[in-house]
Amino acid sequence: MWNYEKRLQYPINIKNPNPQLASMIISQFGGPDGELGASMRYLSQRYTMPYRNVGGLLTDIGTEELGHLEMVSTIVHQLTRNLTMDQIKGTNFEAYYVDHTAGVWPQAAGGIPFNACEFQSKGDPITDLHEDMAAEQKARSTYDNLIRLVKDPDVLEPLKFLRERELVHYQRFGEALRIVQDNLDSKNFYAFNPAFDKPCTPKK
Amino acid sequence: MNTMVSQKSLLKYIYEVSFAVNDITLYLDTHPEDEEALQYFCKYKTLREKALKEYAHYFGPLTLDSATCSSKWSWGKMKNPWEVE
Repeated sequence: MWNYEKRLQYPINIKNPNPQLASMIISQFGGPDGELGASMRYLSQRYTMPYRNVGGLLTDIGTEELGHLEMVSTIVHQLTRNLTMDQIKGTNFEAYYVDHTAGVWPQAAGGIPFNACEFQSKGDPITDLHEDMAAEQKARSTYDNLIRLVKDPDVLEPLKFLRERELVHYQRFGEALRIVQDNLDSKNFYAFNPAFDKPCTPKK
Repeated sequence: MNTMVSQKSLLKYIYEVSFAVNDITLYLDTHPEDEEALQYFCKYKTLREKALKEYAHYFGPLTLDSATCSSKWSWGKMKNPWEVE
């Protein structure tokens, strides 16, 4: 279960609305490499992770991703507060406004709705951890792309923080993969799936 | 006005020590025997708990665990995280 804390992981106070930018940044909420997919990926994968410490890491990173989902949603919300119709017309936000007004809803920058196919839970520790490492790099690239579009320091600073966390998570997942491999047959990591085939290896 | 300033700085402090706890937690997940990291965790976890209690005492609870028992329900009146300060 979870406990809630009434603050963000990193403070966000955006003074100037910018619906055009919101319609780009929303991709890190519900897009292909966004924080909703990230949190659901790790929190779904952990059940079949046979090594307790790696399952624990998936829980802790998955939990932090929920905090990132909240940060990205907050950026989108603060960029679309108190808009006038003139500020909406002619921007990319216009089509979004038709369906959601200024509500926050998970979609990609190109308008594609969030879809669970954007992440995998394969039930194989090596496969899942490789996906996790790739996911952190894909999210980092997306933050890089967004950072090139942003000038407002109120938006830039939280995006830079989120980008940095992708790097840390990538590092931790690499270590987790090493832990998994240390539990396997060093001559053939793929001899069996430790989450399914139940070989005679000690649980850690 | 003085209270406003100290609320801001206490909150900033909570952000900082909480980040330290969060980041070292992930490190300890993959390096559980690093004694220096364990001490770091313990130090910042204690500082965070104290700061959350202090914040709850003066400005209201950021977590239910740090809420003080009183005749008023302050949790629902706390600023939501997505509101601008």
